[in-house]
Amino acid sequence: MRALLVDDSRAMRSILRRMVEQIGYQVVEAGHGGEALDVLAATDPFDLALVDWNMPHMSGIELVEAVRKDPSLDSMRIVMVTSESDISCMQRALENGADEYVMKPFDQAILLQKLLELGLPSRPQPNDEVA
Amino acid sequence: MAIDQRDLDTLRRVILEKSAIVLGDDKEYLIEARLQSLVDGVAFKSIGDLAAEINRNPRSPVIHQVVDALTTNETSFFRDSHPYEALKQTIMPGLIERRADVKRLNIWSAACSSGQEPLTIAMVLREHFPVLNDWDIKILATDLSSEMLERCSEGSYSQLEVSRGLPARLLVRYFEKDGIRWRAKPAIRDLIEYRQMNLSHRFPVMPQMDLVFIRNVLIYFSNEMKSQILGEIGRVLAPDGHLFLGSAESTRGLCEDFERKMVDGAVLFRLAG
Repeated sequence: MRALLVDDSRAMRSILRRMVEQIGYQVVEAGHGGEALDVLAATDPFDLALVDWNMPHMSGIELVEAVRKDPSLDSMRIVMVTSESDISCMQRALENGADEYVMKPFDQAILLQKLLELGLPSRPQPNDEVA
Repeated sequence: MAIDQRDLDTLRRVILEKSAIVLGDDKEYLIEARLQSLVDGVAFKSIGDLAAEINRNPRSPVIHQVVDALTTNETSFFRDSHPYEALKQTIMPGLIERRADVKRLNIWSAACSSGQEPLTIAMVLREHFPVLNDWDIKILATDLSSEMLERCSEGSYSQLEVSRGLPARLLVRYFEKDGIRWRAKPAIRDLIEYRQMNLSHRFPVMPQMDLVFIRNVLIYFSNEMKSQILGEIGRVLAPDGHLFLGSAESTRGLCEDFERKMVDGAVLFRLAG
């Protein structure tokens, strides 16, 4: 299982990395939407992308809109992980292809519950090494 | 800080008398954690002072606050997904077919705590069964704590509370922002009637219930009280109704009125025979 973490905050990426590596995901990081698109074009497919909203160069919502225009990325689940808690932002993200929306602050249990609802692994898998 | 044994006994006695809930030896931490915040907010220096006041004045208003603090349980939206999956996939479609002539449903969420369970039920009905829009639907939500019921009727939740278990698409559809909090919209709130009720007392007059949710509640009662409560539920449950208990709970050995059945991964109970 592969997860792409897209956030301009290194500290946030580090927190998310710990959370998803514990449940067996291999993680690749990107600092903004444009970098994430480069990663998506150059590497193997991802099962999950955790995407911040406010980032320089290309925002999270622009990334979601770009990804959902590419049919080859249809199977990748996108969860927005952001401090934007306006209902209009949530609606826009969901209407444009985000599968779930997690508002900061959150804890690991909340994130894992969202992954479970999306049918993604949310606990250590039998053959995965737990960090 | 350990609580003095005599004070613990006083607190256990008052909870047992007022709510029939048994706080065992393993609950000392819970008593201390919950009552410390109460002590900080009222005019008592310590949990010992609180217990002394209860012994001194059996009608002290602080007893009510102690019962509230010790009998309120944490819950979340869509807690354990299986019961709601069973409700959506099997239970509601069958019930809608059988009640099509009267177009009326009565659902009871017992010991609803901060109200996530009745709101979750309301969301399942609104989201998946538009045919019910012109039906007479009542979700009776009861709890022992008047403070909790007041909270429930406001329908207001913190960001963390709505983040726990509630899918984002349901949050944006059924809640609105109210400052930094989220408030349930009338579309779901209006289905629910909140009422104070002590499960250990004889049940008040209530309509025949098509569904009863009393999940993760019986574990706090003695076996004798569990039997009494289940017997009372058997009397208010419709012959074709269903009882939803917590995933670790059962009627076995407590009440022979029910039979167990598996529905979509959830264990449910219905009246035997």
